[in-house]
Amino acid sequence: MNSCKYCGANATIHLTDIVNKKRREIHLCDKCAQEHELLPIAPNPQLNLPALLQLLMLQGVGEEWSSSDAPDAVDPSTLTCPTCGLKYAQFRVDGRFGCADDYDAFRTVLEPLLERVHRSLTHLGKVPAVVRRARDESERDRLRDHLRDAVAAENYEEAARLRDRIRQKEAAG
Amino acid sequence: MNLDSLLPNLGEWLRGNGPESDVVVSTRIRLARNLANCPFTNRATIPQKAETEAKIRDAVSKAELAGKFTYVDVNKLGPLDRQFLVERQLISRELASVLEGPRGVSFDEAESVSLMVNEEDHLRLQVMRSGLALDEAWAEIDRVDDAIEARLTYAFHDQFGYLTACPTNVGTGMRASVMLHLPALGLTKEIEKLFRSLQKINLVVRGLYGEGSRASGDLYQISNQVTLGKSEARVLQEIREVIAQILQYERHARQVLLKERKQAEQDRIARAIGTMGSATMITSDETMELLSAVRLGISLHLLDDVPATTVNQLFMHIQSAHLQKLMGTPLDGEERNAARAKYLRSKLRELGGPPRSG
Repeated sequence: MNSCKYCGANATIHLTDIVNKKRREIHLCDKCAQEHELLPIAPNPQLNLPALLQLLMLQGVGEEWSSSDAPDAVDPSTLTCPTCGLKYAQFRVDGRFGCADDYDAFRTVLEPLLERVHRSLTHLGKVPAVVRRARDESERDRLRDHLRDAVAAENYEEAARLRDRIRQKEAAG
Repeated sequence: MNLDSLLPNLGEWLRGNGPESDVVVSTRIRLARNLANCPFTNRATIPQKAETEAKIRDAVSKAELAGKFTYVDVNKLGPLDRQFLVERQLISRELASVLEGPRGVSFDEAESVSLMVNEEDHLRLQVMRSGLALDEAWAEIDRVDDAIEARLTYAFHDQFGYLTACPTNVGTGMRASVMLHLPALGLTKEIEKLFRSLQKINLVVRGLYGEGSRASGDLYQISNQVTLGKSEARVLQEIREVIAQILQYERHARQVLLKERKQAEQDRIARAIGTMGSATMITSDETMELLSAVRLGISLHLLDDVPATTVNQLFMHIQSAHLQKLMGTPLDGEERNAARAKYLRSKLRELGGPPRSG
């Protein structure tokens, strides 16, 4: 018999999540599930799925670390963001970050969480115009460096190819 | 701005004549954005929130946006006005009554675009459209986002994309939702099956008023869960494919209803109108159910003289804050039920006596 995550009473709600063959479980009793607004009151019981999933993913992060095979790993609950002062332990309670720098400060524990929620670690899609221009600019700089090297090495075929690509980029951007 | 001036209007998204409007009520897309170098709202002090609010208001007022935008300072509003904006879907329940300090919303006259300031994220952009209009909604919100971004620096990470207070929104920061009216799937008990299959593909189903709210009047919102690792275009395409299937199921279920129990449906719809035309006390839940039957009746051509826009207007006006504004006085629960019944009776009378069912 599993006991409730909050009060230790016999659990009546069992949530299991399996991702990449890793299994995670949460057990709750009716009373705590209702108190934490995970289970709305009758007559129309509908699970608060987003909240339950969040609970599960946050719990998973802690477990992953306690059973970590890296023995000298830092205990994640002691991680603190140098910019906003948010402690990782607090994030686990609220599920909210305090500032943009938390994403780097907590990256080691954040990545398994993102993997579980989004099945991905890298953004695809829209990029702010200023970032896009900076990326294009650095790409052109990189190509120009290659062009210079190719010319110096008298590799004119490669140089012509690079010059065409730079012109293409300039026309596009 | 006196919010009462919005009362006679219906947001564009509720006009009820968008694509696939027999099943799809509306489409909504929101983007979560934060300013670089400012603490997120939940960790910001009052002066920091005031600064964020000032920066965003300034950017919005100077940005090249279509339409005339009005800013409403939610912090200065009374509870009734806040609830009124929630019912019109211009602000979230969180912005209305959970969050504190400087915060507000800018919206255009058509109530198609709303820009919430100091919500969970500094800026929550939202675009609403009538019917199924994911492409149009995306094109519009992308434009608004560009126009504002030209005057602010967003928190953006090379790897993680747009940074948000909650890691469930990071990446695109985009949540696209389609609100569906699924009475026939509800009647034929196929809805549970449908929702189980949706959960498997990472789409979320919820009731009319967003997270944690329950389905009322057979209205359901389908939205994406994933925001990281899939482009906006791909997420929209996945939703579009699922909606196309649900449309097919719902329309099929409606045809089955017509074929197998037309008379029983006609009776149910006539009774719904009868109840609304004669009740002297009625809860909003019961009204939502009755309106759902009427909406189905219209789309099945079992009712011919109730315009869909009227049903949408009633969906909005029977909500508690709208009702209190219409009656011009604060009302407690019992009084609201009486006022709601009175309002429905007068509305049905305006439609010219008991509507014929055909």
